[in-house]
Amino acid sequence: MAAPARVRRGAGLPPALPLVYLVLRALDVDRSALDLILRPRTLEVLVASLSLGLAVAVGSIGLGLPLAWLTARTDLPGRRLWTVLTVVPLAIPSYVIAFAFVAALGPRGALSQLLRDLGLPGLPSIYGFGGAVLVLTLATYPYVLLATRAALLRFDPAIEEAGRALGDGPLDAFRRVTLPLIAPAIAGGALLAVLYALADFGAVAILQFDSFARAIYIQYRASFDRSLAAILALMLVGVTFAVAWIEWRVRTRRPAIPLAARRPPPPVRLGRWRWPALALCGAVTALALVVPAGTILFWLLRGLGQGEPLRLLGSAAANSLLAGLLAALIVAALSLPVVFLLVRHSGRLAAWLEGILYSAYAVPGIVLALATAFFVLNVTPILYQSLVVLVLAYAVRFLPQAIAPARASLVQVAPRLVEAARTLGDSPPAAFRQITLPLLRPGVIAGMALVFLTTVKELPLTLLLGPTGFETLATAIWGAATEGFFARAAAPAAMLMILSGATVGLLFRAEDPVR
Amino acid sequence: MRLIGLTLAAVVGLSLAALGCATAPTAAITIYSGRTEDLIGPLIESFKSETGIQAEVRYGDTAELAALLLEEGANTPADVYIAQDAGALGAVAGAGQLRALPDELLGRVPAALRSPAGQWVGLSGRARVVVYDSRELTPDQLPATIHGFTDEQWHGRLGWAPTNGSFQAFVTAMRVLEGEDAARAWLEGVQANEPRAYEGNTQIVQAVADGEIDAGLVNHYYLLRFLAEQGESFPVRNHFLTGSDPGALINVAGAGILAPSDAEASARRFIDFLLQPESQRYFAQETFEYPLVAGIDGPAGAPPLEQIQTPDIDLSDLSDLQGTLRLLNETGVLP
Repeated sequence: MAAPARVRRGAGLPPALPLVYLVLRALDVDRSALDLILRPRTLEVLVASLSLGLAVAVGSIGLGLPLAWLTARTDLPGRRLWTVLTVVPLAIPSYVIAFAFVAALGPRGALSQLLRDLGLPGLPSIYGFGGAVLVLTLATYPYVLLATRAALLRFDPAIEEAGRALGDGPLDAFRRVTLPLIAPAIAGGALLAVLYALADFGAVAILQFDSFARAIYIQYRASFDRSLAAILALMLVGVTFAVAWIEWRVRTRRPAIPLAARRPPPPVRLGRWRWPALALCGAVTALALVVPAGTILFWLLRGLGQGEPLRLLGSAAANSLLAGLLAALIVAALSLPVVFLLVRHSGRLAAWLEGILYSAYAVPGIVLALATAFFVLNVTPILYQSLVVLVLAYAVRFLPQAIAPARASLVQVAPRLVEAARTLGDSPPAAFRQITLPLLRPGVIAGMALVFLTTVKELPLTLLLGPTGFETLATAIWGAATEGFFARAAAPAAMLMILSGATVGLLFRAEDPVR
Repeated sequence: MRLIGLTLAAVVGLSLAALGCATAPTAAITIYSGRTEDLIGPLIESFKSETGIQAEVRYGDTAELAALLLEEGANTPADVYIAQDAGALGAVAGAGQLRALPDELLGRVPAALRSPAGQWVGLSGRARVVVYDSRELTPDQLPATIHGFTDEQWHGRLGWAPTNGSFQAFVTAMRVLEGEDAARAWLEGVQANEPRAYEGNTQIVQAVADGEIDAGLVNHYYLLRFLAEQGESFPVRNHFLTGSDPGALINVAGAGILAPSDAEASARRFIDFLLQPESQRYFAQETFEYPLVAGIDGPAGAPPLEQIQTPDIDLSDLSDLQGTLRLLNETGVLP
């Protein structure tokens, strides 16, 4: 799969547009404005953001890794249901999760009230660093869960069995044999979680935590000064490159032993351990899904009680579904060549390409939206604010989400498997179809699920670049919630969760067939 | 005879055509609306059905749409921009992207609530108020002016939203009215009392109801919406400051016509529609804002607009958000 250099350069072009745009805008800045940025406070906020990113990485691995193993490799009762339930929270906008947590766990929230009534000590404050870590961990652990799960689904059990045969206990076998092999997947998922946490400004604002992305957003909102915001955004891009570089080091330090199995690994029998396992799944679902869903239901019922009509937004739901599916399909199609390029040519150039790709994902959405507007108006004005441009912008933004799980699967596909097929007389396309594609399947499906779930909640690109009048469930939720009409936001929020659960459930049905 | 008939037909036809041009614009318009659909959607629908003019709407955040308009420049597909605050309209007008409105439209709104250069017009008014916990406080326990909140007795009891556009407009007003130093002193004084910073006005009202804080600085209509959704038992009330205090500023949501628009007649017709009594009544009854056209009742449960002792200020002077932002940064109110 050697790509000509021209293709390699071409692949980096659309995702690099925000960078080019930021540099152009940053050049406009005047010196006195610069002083505002170059002060100690900026560094403080940057350090606080990085600490947040680190804590979210630890938290999302802590939740995502056990859940991935339980749902992919064990006889846990209701595995697929747990997978859907623990992944759906990704579709809930993080500001809604933050609202819900303030409503439930805030100083006078429902749960705090309950504890007080029982005479128990109060909860630690939901505001600040702790609350931001909690909410963003719950909003991002599905990245680690899905990427790792995809790797585990095609993991060759023979390696673990060999470890066991050599005298390792099950835990030792996992630590010494399995873990190093799925490390790239974990690192890829955690990278997405960290970048999400760095780019989020909705949840951190509600939780009263000053993050770097929030500082950028404030510049856009308050001053209409695009050059000052551009400089701050470039600093965030620098951080993205650094974080992506760390991930690259983790991933390439120990070359993955490329092995993957076409026989389904036998599920690990949990025995008595299934009770704590179920308790873990239940607890994560309760925090990440039931708290927000319960709050939304509460808003809905309270609004209905005050005479608010129940609004079922059929066309908005259809638009969400359309946008989500188109983005998922296009990203899946784009991710394959990019992943082959990154895996089979894992040199310095590939690392740079990756940094560029991830920067389009890590800058606040408003930056990508303005950059896209700038270029489309200058190059193909006829396509401005069309569904085509919107879906392409989604693709640029969310491509990294499909790359992480697809790569985790691809590194397990031994080139010699494909070579063996070729030796046996398969043509290259036939070998790809029969050997590579089935092994890649869980990774591609995990990527599609991630892209779908994040597209249906996406806001700035949808609002600024969509066709005029293009309403989605996410824009409907935002439109109502931003003005404090929570009762009116509740119905589209509930529909978003049901739509996401159903779509992801269907997607996962397609991941099994290894025959 | 035939000649007369033909002439008559021609004259009638021509005058009908002329009439058509003068009174019934038909070109479709594109609206960029910083007001969300919940705040203006029904009005746009009745405009379309009453006039037969097609209108497409892009809803978004007021500031983000302003940034997009600046990015689009002469290529903008928008004919009308509706903003939630005068500052955003000022920024777009300042970039030369709004065209002058006819006096016929401007004249319906008090001079203080529209652009002096005639580039945008206010549609509805929003007053700054202090919301307070009605279980803990009575109005006479609240300070008489906004400067009272620098007193130590308010330590840890006040909420504000420094990232919110309405709050920043109020700080800008204080800078214009009382000078840079007074505004800095006020910010530092309140900051010393460690107020809680919230994301927006809604969170402040909720936090007062939850007992997290005793009082907060917001716009008047948020509470009225809570009361409509949750009933009169909701334990928060509005307090209007007196004495032309900057804390009683009246800001507007307004609209302007984009310079590159090729549907100016339809766009004017739309703004005319928003200033009709029916639409103005909609703002009072559905979004709880103040109508700006004379003779229309204000929102129930709020004092009439004329009674609010708002400071004497030109709203277009509020466009120096950059300076306010810098002050908020320097005083540590913003990160």
